[in-house]
Amino acid sequence: MENTKLIVSSTPHIRSKDSIQSIMRDVLIALTPAALMGIWYFGIKALLIIAISIASSIFFEAAFQKITKKSITITDLSAAVTGLLLAMNLPVEIPFWLPIVGAFFAIIVAKQLFGGLGQNFINPALAARAFLLASYPTPMTNFTSPTGLFANSDTVAKATSLADAVSNATPLSRLNEGAFIPEISDYIDALSGNIGGCIGETCAIALIIGGIYLLVRRVISWRIPVTYILTVFILSWFFGRTPLYELLIGGLMLGAFFMATDYSSSPVTPLGQLIMGFGCGVLTALIRSYGSYPEGVSYSILLMNLAVPLIDRYTKPKIFGEVKKNDK
Amino acid sequence: MNPAKVLKNGILDDNPTFVQVIGMCPTLAVTTSAINGIGMGLSTTAVLICSNFVISLIRKFVPDQIRIPAFIVVIASFVTIVQMILKAFVPSLDKSLGLFIPLIVVNCIILARAEAFASKNNPLLSIFDGIGMGLGFTVALTAIGIVREFLGNGTVFGFGADLFEFLPKTLIMILAPGAFFTLAFLMIIINIIRKPKSK
Repeated sequence: MENTKLIVSSTPHIRSKDSIQSIMRDVLIALTPAALMGIWYFGIKALLIIAISIASSIFFEAAFQKITKKSITITDLSAAVTGLLLAMNLPVEIPFWLPIVGAFFAIIVAKQLFGGLGQNFINPALAARAFLLASYPTPMTNFTSPTGLFANSDTVAKATSLADAVSNATPLSRLNEGAFIPEISDYIDALSGNIGGCIGETCAIALIIGGIYLLVRRVISWRIPVTYILTVFILSWFFGRTPLYELLIGGLMLGAFFMATDYSSSPVTPLGQLIMGFGCGVLTALIRSYGSYPEGVSYSILLMNLAVPLIDRYTKPKIFGEVKKNDK
Repeated sequence: MNPAKVLKNGILDDNPTFVQVIGMCPTLAVTTSAINGIGMGLSTTAVLICSNFVISLIRKFVPDQIRIPAFIVVIASFVTIVQMILKAFVPSLDKSLGLFIPLIVVNCIILARAEAFASKNNPLLSIFDGIGMGLGFTVALTAIGIVREFLGNGTVFGFGADLFEFLPKTLIMILAPGAFFTLAFLMIIINIIRKPKSK
Protein backbone atom coordinates (compact mmCIF):
# COMPACT_ATOMS: atom_id res chain seq x y z
CA MET A 1 0.00 0.00 0.00
CA GLU A 2 0.95 3.61 -0.35
CA ASN A 3 2.46 5.39 2.53
CA THR A 4 -0.33 7.54 3.87
CA LYS A 5 1.79 9.49 6.33
CA LEU A 6 2.29 13.16 5.75
CA ILE A 7 5.89 13.72 4.87
CA VAL A 8 7.29 17.15 5.49
CA SER A 9 10.31 17.87 3.38
CA SER A 10 13.21 19.89 4.69
CA THR A 11 13.24 23.66 4.60
CA PRO A 12 12.74 26.14 3.00
CA HIS A 13 8.95 26.10 3.06
CA ILE A 14 6.72 28.56 1.30
CA ARG A 15 4.47 30.05 3.91
CA SER A 16 0.91 30.79 2.84
CA LYS A 17 -0.59 34.02 4.01
CA ASP A 18 -4.03 32.44 4.14
CA SER A 19 -5.62 31.90 7.49
CA ILE A 20 -9.09 30.72 8.42
CA GLN A 21 -9.90 34.30 9.27
CA SER A 22 -8.73 35.72 5.93
CA ILE A 23 -10.60 33.04 3.98
CA MET A 24 -13.79 33.52 5.96
CA ARG A 25 -13.47 37.28 5.58
CA ASP A 26 -13.29 36.79 1.82
CA VAL A 27 -16.40 34.63 1.91
CA LEU A 28 -18.21 37.28 3.92
CA ILE A 29 -17.15 39.98 1.45
CA ALA A 30 -18.30 37.81 -1.44
CA LEU A 31 -21.68 37.23 0.16
CA THR A 32 -22.26 40.89 0.95
CA PRO A 33 -23.63 42.02 -2.45
CA ALA A 34 -26.24 39.26 -2.52
CA ALA A 35 -27.18 39.92 1.10
CA LEU A 36 -27.53 43.64 0.40
CA MET A 37 -29.71 42.90 -2.62
CA GLY A 38 -31.83 40.63 -0.42
CA ILE A 39 -32.28 43.47 2.08
CA TRP A 40 -33.00 45.86 -0.79
CA TYR A 41 -35.77 43.64 -2.11
CA PHE A 42 -37.21 42.15 1.05
CA GLY A 43 -36.86 45.08 3.40
CA ILE A 44 -35.61 45.77 6.90
CA LYS A 45 -36.94 42.45 8.15
CA ALA A 46 -34.39 40.66 5.99
CA LEU A 47 -31.64 42.67 7.68
CA LEU A 48 -33.01 41.75 11.10
CA ILE A 49 -33.10 38.06 10.21
CA ILE A 50 -29.53 38.20 8.96
CA ALA A 51 -28.43 39.99 12.13
CA ILE A 52 -30.23 37.54 14.41
CA SER A 53 -28.86 34.56 12.52
CA ILE A 54 -25.25 35.76 12.62
CA ALA A 55 -25.47 36.87 16.25
CA SER A 56 -26.99 33.61 17.45
CA SER A 57 -24.50 31.51 15.44
CA ILE A 58 -21.60 33.35 17.06
CA PHE A 59 -23.28 33.08 20.45
CA PHE A 60 -23.82 29.31 20.18
CA GLU A 61 -20.24 28.77 19.00
CA ALA A 62 -18.84 30.79 21.88
CA ALA A 63 -21.21 29.21 24.40
CA PHE A 64 -20.39 25.67 23.31
CA GLN A 65 -16.66 26.29 23.40
CA LYS A 66 -16.98 27.96 26.77
CA ILE A 67 -19.00 25.09 28.25
CA THR A 68 -16.73 22.40 26.85
CA LYS A 69 -13.68 24.43 27.94
CA LYS A 70 -12.19 24.74 24.47
CA SER A 71 -10.46 27.82 23.17
CA ILE A 72 -13.05 30.20 21.82
CA THR A 73 -12.58 30.66 18.09
CA ILE A 74 -15.35 33.03 17.11
CA THR A 75 -12.82 35.50 15.74
CA ASP A 76 -12.07 33.14 12.86
CA LEU A 77 -15.43 34.32 11.46
CA SER A 78 -16.54 30.83 10.46
CA ALA A 79 -19.60 31.05 12.71
CA ALA A 80 -20.46 34.40 11.13
CA VAL A 81 -20.25 32.85 7.66
CA THR A 82 -22.52 30.00 8.74
CA GLY A 83 -24.99 32.47 10.24
CA LEU A 84 -25.04 34.62 7.14
CA LEU A 85 -25.45 31.61 4.83
CA LEU A 86 -28.25 30.30 7.01
CA ALA A 87 -30.11 33.62 6.91
CA MET A 88 -29.68 33.81 3.16
CA ASN A 89 -31.31 30.40 2.91
CA LEU A 90 -34.44 31.45 4.76
CA PRO A 91 -37.54 33.08 3.36
CA VAL A 92 -38.20 36.53 4.79
CA GLU A 93 -41.65 35.91 6.25
CA ILE A 94 -40.53 33.75 9.15
CA PRO A 95 -40.88 34.30 12.89
CA PHE A 96 -37.76 35.72 14.51
CA TRP A 97 -37.09 32.66 16.68
CA LEU A 98 -36.67 30.49 13.60
CA PRO A 99 -33.14 31.62 12.69
CA ILE A 100 -32.13 31.10 16.34
CA VAL A 101 -33.29 27.47 16.24
CA GLY A 102 -31.53 27.12 12.91
CA ALA A 103 -28.31 28.57 14.27
CA PHE A 104 -28.46 26.18 17.21
CA PHE A 105 -28.81 23.23 14.87
CA ALA A 106 -26.12 24.48 12.49
CA ILE A 107 -23.50 25.33 15.09
CA ILE A 108 -24.15 22.86 17.90
CA VAL A 109 -25.47 19.77 16.15
CA ALA A 110 -23.99 19.91 12.67
CA LYS A 111 -20.67 21.56 13.52
CA GLN A 112 -19.50 21.45 17.13
CA LEU A 113 -20.76 18.00 18.10
CA PHE A 114 -18.74 16.55 15.26
CA GLY A 115 -15.60 18.33 16.40
CA GLY A 116 -15.94 21.91 15.23
CA LEU A 117 -14.51 23.69 12.25
CA GLY A 118 -13.03 21.35 9.68
CA GLN A 119 -14.62 18.26 11.20
CA ASN A 120 -18.22 18.77 10.14
CA PHE A 121 -19.15 16.31 7.42
CA ILE A 122 -22.10 18.31 6.14
CA ASN A 123 -22.51 22.00 5.50
CA PRO A 124 -23.90 23.40 8.79
CA ALA A 125 -26.04 26.11 7.19
CA LEU A 126 -27.65 23.63 4.80
CA ALA A 127 -28.16 21.05 7.54
CA ALA A 128 -29.99 23.72 9.52
CA ARG A 129 -32.06 24.64 6.51
CA ALA A 130 -33.07 21.01 5.98
CA PHE A 131 -33.86 20.71 9.70
CA LEU A 132 -36.03 23.82 9.62
CA LEU A 133 -37.76 22.78 6.41
CA ALA A 134 -38.67 19.38 7.85
CA SER A 135 -39.71 20.88 11.18
CA TYR A 136 -41.63 23.99 10.19
CA PRO A 137 -42.84 23.44 6.62
CA THR A 138 -45.41 26.21 6.69
CA PRO A 139 -43.23 29.24 7.48
CA MET A 140 -40.29 27.78 5.55
CA THR A 141 -42.20 27.63 2.28
CA ASN A 142 -44.06 30.90 2.66
CA PHE A 143 -42.29 32.87 -0.03
CA THR A 144 -43.20 36.45 -0.62
CA SER A 145 -42.62 38.59 -3.63
CA PRO A 146 -40.09 41.38 -3.11
CA THR A 147 -41.63 44.36 -1.42
CA GLY A 148 -38.73 46.75 -1.65
CA LEU A 149 -36.81 48.38 1.13
CA PHE A 150 -38.93 51.44 1.71
CA ALA A 151 -42.44 50.26 1.01
CA ASN A 152 -41.79 47.66 3.63
CA SER A 153 -43.41 48.79 6.87
CA ASP A 154 -46.82 49.24 5.25
CA THR A 155 -46.67 46.01 3.35
CA VAL A 156 -45.60 44.05 6.37
CA ALA A 157 -48.39 45.55 8.43
CA LYS A 158 -50.80 44.58 5.73
CA ALA A 159 -49.30 41.13 5.45
CA THR A 160 -49.71 40.45 9.14
CA SER A 161 -53.33 41.56 9.17
CA LEU A 162 -54.27 39.86 5.94
CA ALA A 163 -53.00 36.33 5.80
CA ASP A 164 -51.14 35.50 2.60
CA ALA A 165 -51.49 39.04 1.38
CA VAL A 166 -48.08 39.05 -0.21
CA SER A 167 -47.50 35.35 -0.66
CA ASN A 168 -46.14 34.58 -4.03
CA ALA A 169 -45.07 31.50 -5.88
CA THR A 170 -41.38 31.30 -6.60
CA PRO A 171 -40.36 30.93 -10.23
CA LEU A 172 -39.47 27.33 -9.48
CA SER A 173 -42.89 26.39 -8.23
CA ARG A 174 -44.39 28.15 -11.23
CA LEU A 175 -42.12 26.12 -13.49
CA ASN A 176 -43.19 22.97 -11.67
CA GLU A 177 -46.85 23.74 -12.14
CA GLY A 178 -46.07 23.92 -15.84
CA ALA A 179 -47.21 26.23 -18.62
CA PHE A 180 -44.78 28.93 -17.56
CA ILE A 181 -42.42 30.05 -20.28
CA PRO A 182 -40.07 32.76 -19.04
CA GLU A 183 -39.79 35.88 -21.16
CA ILE A 184 -36.98 38.39 -21.40
CA SER A 185 -38.36 40.37 -18.48
CA ASP A 186 -38.38 37.22 -16.35
CA TYR A 187 -34.71 36.68 -17.12
CA ILE A 188 -33.94 40.23 -16.09
CA ASP A 189 -35.95 39.83 -12.89
CA ALA A 190 -34.14 36.61 -12.07
CA LEU A 191 -30.74 38.17 -12.75
CA SER A 192 -31.43 41.21 -10.65
CA GLY A 193 -33.25 39.31 -7.93
CA ASN A 194 -36.74 40.71 -8.32
CA ILE A 195 -38.36 37.32 -7.72
CA GLY A 196 -39.77 35.39 -4.81
CA GLY A 197 -37.45 33.17 -2.82
CA CYS A 198 -35.11 33.05 0.14
CA ILE A 199 -33.39 36.23 1.28
CA GLY A 200 -30.01 35.64 -0.29
CA GLU A 201 -30.71 33.45 -3.27
CA THR A 202 -32.73 35.64 -5.58
CA CYS A 203 -30.16 38.03 -7.04
CA ALA A 204 -28.18 35.87 -9.43
CA ILE A 205 -25.92 38.66 -10.63
CA ALA A 206 -24.75 39.57 -7.11
CA LEU A 207 -24.08 35.90 -6.34
CA ILE A 208 -22.10 35.48 -9.55
CA ILE A 209 -20.04 38.57 -8.72
CA GLY A 210 -19.38 37.15 -5.26
CA GLY A 211 -18.46 33.79 -6.76
CA ILE A 212 -16.05 35.37 -9.21
CA TYR A 213 -14.47 37.31 -6.33
CA LEU A 214 -13.89 34.04 -4.50
CA LEU A 215 -12.44 32.45 -7.64
CA VAL A 216 -10.11 35.39 -8.20
CA ARG A 217 -8.99 35.35 -4.59
CA ARG A 218 -8.47 31.59 -4.97
CA VAL A 219 -10.63 30.86 -1.97
CA ILE A 220 -12.53 28.29 -4.03
CA SER A 221 -11.56 26.40 -7.15
CA TRP A 222 -13.65 26.54 -10.30
CA ARG A 223 -14.25 22.82 -10.39
CA ILE A 224 -17.29 22.37 -8.17
CA PRO A 225 -19.30 25.47 -9.20
CA VAL A 226 -18.60 25.14 -12.92
CA THR A 227 -19.35 21.42 -13.17
CA TYR A 228 -22.39 21.87 -10.94
CA ILE A 229 -23.88 24.69 -13.02
CA LEU A 230 -22.97 23.07 -16.32
CA THR A 231 -24.55 19.76 -15.30
CA VAL A 232 -27.77 21.46 -14.27
CA PHE A 233 -27.79 23.39 -17.55
CA ILE A 234 -27.30 20.31 -19.73
CA LEU A 235 -29.73 18.13 -17.81
CA SER A 236 -32.44 20.82 -17.71
CA TRP A 237 -32.08 21.14 -21.45
CA PHE A 238 -32.22 17.38 -21.75
CA PHE A 239 -35.36 17.19 -19.60
CA GLY A 240 -37.03 19.78 -21.83
CA ARG A 241 -37.05 22.59 -19.30
CA THR A 242 -35.76 26.12 -19.72
CA PRO A 243 -32.04 25.59 -19.14
CA LEU A 244 -30.77 29.17 -18.95
CA TYR A 245 -33.59 30.39 -16.74
CA GLU A 246 -33.11 27.36 -14.54
CA LEU A 247 -29.61 28.54 -13.66
CA LEU A 248 -30.73 31.94 -12.46
CA ILE A 249 -33.53 30.90 -10.13
CA GLY A 250 -33.68 29.02 -6.87
CA GLY A 251 -30.63 28.46 -4.76
CA LEU A 252 -28.37 27.21 -7.52
CA MET A 253 -25.89 30.12 -7.67
CA LEU A 254 -25.76 30.42 -3.89
CA GLY A 255 -25.34 26.67 -3.51
CA ALA A 256 -22.81 26.19 -6.29
CA PHE A 257 -20.45 28.99 -5.29
CA PHE A 258 -20.83 29.20 -1.54
CA MET A 259 -22.12 25.95 -0.13
CA ALA A 260 -21.01 23.05 -2.30
CA THR A 261 -17.47 24.47 -1.99
CA ASP A 262 -17.38 24.38 1.82
CA TYR A 263 -13.86 23.11 2.62
CA SER A 264 -14.59 20.46 5.18
CA SER A 265 -17.58 18.98 3.38
CA SER A 266 -16.26 18.87 -0.18
CA PRO A 267 -13.62 16.63 -1.74
CA VAL A 268 -9.97 17.67 -1.65
CA THR A 269 -8.86 16.00 -4.85
CA PRO A 270 -9.41 17.77 -8.21
CA LEU A 271 -11.16 14.77 -9.74
CA GLY A 272 -13.27 14.40 -6.61
CA GLN A 273 -14.36 18.01 -6.89
CA LEU A 274 -15.50 17.42 -10.46
CA ILE A 275 -17.49 14.38 -9.27
CA MET A 276 -18.96 16.44 -6.43
CA GLY A 277 -20.13 19.17 -8.83
CA PHE A 278 -21.48 16.64 -11.28
CA GLY A 279 -23.33 14.70 -8.59
CA CYS A 280 -24.87 17.86 -7.15
CA GLY A 281 -25.95 18.90 -10.64
CA VAL A 282 -27.55 15.56 -11.45
CA LEU A 283 -29.44 15.46 -8.15
CA THR A 284 -30.58 19.08 -8.45
CA ALA A 285 -31.87 18.60 -11.97
CA LEU A 286 -33.60 15.36 -11.02
CA ILE A 287 -35.27 16.83 -7.93
CA ARG A 288 -36.37 19.91 -9.86
CA SER A 289 -37.81 17.87 -12.72
CA TYR A 290 -39.23 14.85 -10.96
CA GLY A 291 -39.20 15.51 -7.21
CA SER A 292 -42.11 16.69 -5.16
CA TYR A 293 -40.11 19.67 -3.90
CA PRO A 294 -39.71 22.47 -6.42
CA GLU A 295 -36.10 23.10 -5.34
CA GLY A 296 -33.38 20.54 -4.81
CA VAL A 297 -30.14 22.46 -4.37
CA SER A 298 -29.91 22.10 -0.61
CA TYR A 299 -30.76 18.41 -0.55
CA SER A 300 -28.45 17.55 -3.42
CA ILE A 301 -25.52 19.31 -1.75
CA LEU A 302 -26.30 17.57 1.55
CA LEU A 303 -26.49 14.18 -0.16
CA MET A 304 -23.20 14.76 -1.94
CA ASN A 305 -21.64 15.93 1.35
CA LEU A 306 -22.35 12.46 2.68
CA ALA A 307 -20.58 10.90 -0.29
CA VAL A 308 -17.46 13.06 0.09
CA PRO A 309 -15.38 10.65 2.20
CA LEU A 310 -16.04 7.95 -0.39
CA ILE A 311 -15.22 10.25 -3.29
CA ASP A 312 -11.97 11.32 -1.64
CA ARG A 313 -11.05 7.73 -1.02
CA TYR A 314 -11.52 6.63 -4.61
CA THR A 315 -9.92 9.66 -6.23
CA LYS A 316 -6.69 9.60 -4.28
CA PRO A 317 -3.99 10.67 -6.69
CA LYS A 318 -1.23 8.21 -7.59
CA ILE A 319 2.11 8.65 -5.95
CA PHE A 320 4.77 9.30 -8.55
CA GLY A 321 8.06 7.52 -8.48
CA GLU A 322 6.87 4.26 -6.98
CA VAL A 323 7.56 1.00 -8.72
CA LYS A 324 4.52 -1.12 -9.36
CA LYS A 325 4.67 -4.21 -7.24
CA ASN A 326 4.51 -7.48 -9.09
CA ASP A 327 2.94 -9.58 -6.40
CA LYS A 328 -0.35 -7.72 -6.62
CA MET B 1 -24.44 -10.11 44.30
CA ASN B 2 -27.63 -9.07 46.05
CA PRO B 3 -31.03 -8.25 44.54
CA ALA B 4 -30.81 -4.52 45.31
CA LYS B 5 -27.51 -4.20 43.51
CA VAL B 6 -28.82 -6.13 40.51
CA LEU B 7 -31.82 -3.81 40.40
CA LYS B 8 -29.75 -0.63 40.55
CA ASN B 9 -27.37 -2.03 37.96
CA GLY B 10 -30.20 -2.39 35.45
CA ILE B 11 -31.74 1.00 35.98
CA LEU B 12 -28.61 3.12 36.31
CA ASP B 13 -25.12 1.72 35.88
CA ASP B 14 -25.88 -0.64 33.02
CA ASN B 15 -28.93 1.07 31.60
CA PRO B 16 -29.75 -0.97 28.49
CA THR B 17 -30.51 2.08 26.33
CA PHE B 18 -28.13 4.79 27.46
CA VAL B 19 -25.15 2.72 28.55
CA GLN B 20 -25.31 -0.63 26.77
CA VAL B 21 -27.03 0.86 23.69
CA ILE B 22 -28.99 -2.29 22.93
CA GLY B 23 -32.61 -2.67 21.85
CA MET B 24 -32.25 0.35 19.58
CA CYS B 25 -34.99 -0.64 17.14
CA PRO B 26 -37.98 -0.08 19.46
CA THR B 27 -36.14 2.77 21.18
CA LEU B 28 -35.95 4.74 17.96
CA ALA B 29 -39.17 3.60 16.35
CA VAL B 30 -41.95 3.81 18.93
CA THR B 31 -40.91 6.74 21.12
CA THR B 32 -42.97 9.30 19.24
CA SER B 33 -44.98 9.92 22.40
CA ALA B 34 -44.49 9.38 26.12
CA ILE B 35 -47.40 6.93 26.28
CA ASN B 36 -45.92 4.81 23.53
CA GLY B 37 -42.57 4.84 25.29
CA ILE B 38 -43.95 3.75 28.62
CA GLY B 39 -46.19 1.13 26.97
CA MET B 40 -43.34 -0.37 25.04
CA GLY B 41 -41.09 -0.25 28.08
CA LEU B 42 -43.55 -1.98 30.39
CA SER B 43 -44.43 -4.64 27.82
CA THR B 44 -40.76 -5.42 27.42
CA THR B 45 -40.31 -5.42 31.19
CA ALA B 46 -43.12 -7.95 31.62
CA VAL B 47 -41.64 -10.24 29.01
CA LEU B 48 -38.16 -9.79 30.43
CA ILE B 49 -39.13 -10.68 34.00
CA CYS B 50 -41.04 -13.80 32.95
CA SER B 51 -38.49 -15.01 30.42
CA ASN B 52 -35.57 -14.39 32.79
CA PHE B 53 -37.36 -16.38 35.48
CA VAL B 54 -38.23 -19.35 33.27
CA ILE B 55 -34.87 -19.44 31.53
CA SER B 56 -33.15 -19.38 34.89
CA LEU B 57 -35.29 -22.34 36.00
CA ILE B 58 -34.43 -24.42 32.94
CA ARG B 59 -30.79 -23.33 32.69
CA LYS B 60 -29.45 -26.55 34.24
CA PHE B 61 -30.92 -29.05 31.80
CA VAL B 62 -31.12 -27.21 28.47
CA PRO B 63 -28.24 -28.49 26.33
CA ASP B 64 -25.77 -25.81 25.36
CA GLN B 65 -26.09 -26.37 21.62
CA ILE B 66 -29.80 -25.64 21.44
CA ARG B 67 -30.06 -23.03 24.19
CA ILE B 68 -30.83 -20.12 21.84
CA PRO B 69 -33.85 -21.84 20.17
CA ALA B 70 -35.05 -22.85 23.61
CA PHE B 71 -34.77 -19.27 24.87
CA ILE B 72 -36.60 -17.99 21.81
CA VAL B 73 -39.49 -20.40 22.41
CA VAL B 74 -39.80 -19.20 26.00
CA ILE B 75 -39.58 -15.52 25.01
CA ALA B 76 -42.02 -15.89 22.12
CA SER B 77 -44.60 -17.51 24.39
CA PHE B 78 -44.50 -14.59 26.81
CA VAL B 79 -44.57 -12.04 24.00
CA THR B 80 -47.71 -13.70 22.67
CA ILE B 81 -49.32 -13.49 26.09
CA VAL B 82 -48.38 -9.82 26.46
CA GLN B 83 -49.73 -9.04 23.03
CA MET B 84 -53.04 -10.75 23.80
CA ILE B 85 -53.33 -8.81 27.07
CA LEU B 86 -52.61 -5.52 25.30
CA LYS B 87 -55.14 -6.32 22.57
CA ALA B 88 -57.78 -7.11 25.16
CA PHE B 89 -57.28 -4.26 27.63
CA VAL B 90 -55.50 -1.37 25.85
CA PRO B 91 -56.35 -1.81 22.16
CA SER B 92 -55.32 1.76 21.34
CA LEU B 93 -51.80 1.21 22.65
CA ASP B 94 -51.62 -2.10 20.82
CA LYS B 95 -52.55 -0.30 17.65
CA SER B 96 -49.95 2.45 17.99
CA LEU B 97 -47.17 0.03 18.92
CA GLY B 98 -48.23 -2.30 16.13
CA LEU B 99 -45.57 -4.62 14.84
CA PHE B 100 -43.12 -3.67 17.56
CA ILE B 101 -44.88 -5.82 20.15
CA PRO B 102 -44.28 -9.11 18.30
CA LEU B 103 -40.79 -7.83 17.56
CA ILE B 104 -40.00 -7.92 21.29
CA VAL B 105 -39.13 -11.57 20.59
CA VAL B 106 -35.98 -10.50 18.81
CA ASN B 107 -35.25 -7.54 21.09
CA CYS B 108 -31.56 -7.55 21.97
CA ILE B 109 -32.17 -6.76 25.62
CA ILE B 110 -34.21 -9.87 26.27
CA LEU B 111 -31.90 -12.28 24.53
CA ALA B 112 -28.85 -10.54 25.97
CA ARG B 113 -30.15 -10.85 29.55
CA ALA B 114 -31.18 -14.47 28.94
CA GLU B 115 -27.74 -15.31 27.65
CA ALA B 116 -25.63 -13.12 29.91
CA PHE B 117 -27.56 -13.29 33.17
CA ALA B 118 -30.50 -15.67 33.48
CA SER B 119 -28.65 -18.70 32.14
CA LYS B 120 -25.95 -18.21 34.79
CA ASN B 121 -27.83 -17.04 37.86
CA ASN B 122 -30.57 -18.29 40.15
CA PRO B 123 -34.26 -17.55 39.49
CA LEU B 124 -34.63 -14.88 42.20
CA LEU B 125 -31.69 -12.81 40.99
CA SER B 126 -32.89 -13.29 37.42
CA ILE B 127 -36.26 -11.81 38.29
CA PHE B 128 -34.59 -8.78 39.84
CA ASP B 129 -32.34 -8.45 36.83
CA GLY B 130 -35.45 -8.51 34.63
CA ILE B 131 -37.12 -5.83 36.75
CA GLY B 132 -33.99 -3.65 36.78
CA MET B 133 -33.20 -3.92 33.08
CA GLY B 134 -36.87 -3.60 32.15
CA LEU B 135 -37.36 -0.49 34.26
CA GLY B 136 -34.12 0.98 32.93
CA PHE B 137 -35.45 0.45 29.44
CA THR B 138 -38.85 1.87 30.39
CA VAL B 139 -37.32 4.98 31.97
CA ALA B 140 -35.17 5.57 28.89
CA LEU B 141 -38.03 5.10 26.43
CA THR B 142 -40.36 7.28 28.45
CA ALA B 143 -37.74 10.03 28.70
CA ILE B 144 -37.15 9.96 24.95
CA GLY B 145 -40.91 9.87 24.38
CA ILE B 146 -41.54 12.86 26.64
CA VAL B 147 -38.90 14.98 24.93
CA ARG B 148 -40.04 14.08 21.42
CA GLU B 149 -43.73 14.50 22.19
CA PHE B 150 -43.17 17.82 23.92
CA LEU B 151 -41.01 19.31 21.18
CA GLY B 152 -42.83 17.77 18.25
CA ASN B 153 -46.42 17.91 19.37
CA GLY B 154 -46.50 20.36 22.27
CA THR B 155 -47.97 17.90 24.76
CA VAL B 156 -46.79 15.72 27.64
CA PHE B 157 -48.50 12.33 27.95
CA GLY B 158 -51.16 13.72 25.64
CA PHE B 159 -51.97 16.61 27.98
CA GLY B 160 -51.14 20.29 27.87
CA ALA B 161 -52.17 21.00 24.30
CA ASP B 162 -53.62 24.34 25.44
CA LEU B 163 -50.84 25.09 27.89
CA PHE B 164 -48.06 24.83 25.33
CA GLU B 165 -50.01 26.19 22.41
CA PHE B 166 -47.63 29.12 22.02
CA LEU B 167 -44.70 26.76 21.43
CA PRO B 168 -43.81 26.01 17.82
CA LYS B 169 -44.20 22.36 16.89
CA THR B 170 -40.88 21.01 15.69
CA LEU B 171 -42.21 18.31 13.41
CA ILE B 172 -38.87 16.66 12.84
CA MET B 173 -38.79 15.56 16.48
CA ILE B 174 -41.63 13.10 15.96
CA LEU B 175 -40.14 11.94 12.67
CA ALA B 176 -37.31 9.42 12.55
CA PRO B 177 -34.39 11.92 12.84
CA GLY B 178 -35.87 13.29 16.06
CA ALA B 179 -35.35 9.91 17.71
CA PHE B 180 -31.64 10.01 16.96
CA PHE B 181 -31.28 13.63 18.08
CA THR B 182 -33.10 12.99 21.35
CA LEU B 183 -31.23 9.78 22.10
CA ALA B 184 -27.92 11.49 21.40
CA PHE B 185 -28.66 14.50 23.57
CA LEU B 186 -29.95 12.38 26.45
CA MET B 187 -26.81 10.25 26.20
CA ILE B 188 -24.68 13.37 26.41
CA ILE B 189 -26.49 14.38 29.58
CA ILE B 190 -26.22 10.88 31.08
CA ASN B 191 -22.52 10.71 30.28
CA ILE B 192 -21.89 14.10 31.87
CA ILE B 193 -23.67 12.90 35.00
CA ARG B 194 -21.83 9.58 35.04
CA LYS B 195 -18.40 10.95 34.28
CA PRO B 196 -17.25 11.98 37.79
CA LYS B 197 -18.01 8.46 39.02
CA SER B 198 -15.78 6.74 36.52
CA LYS B 199 -12.83 9.00 37.31
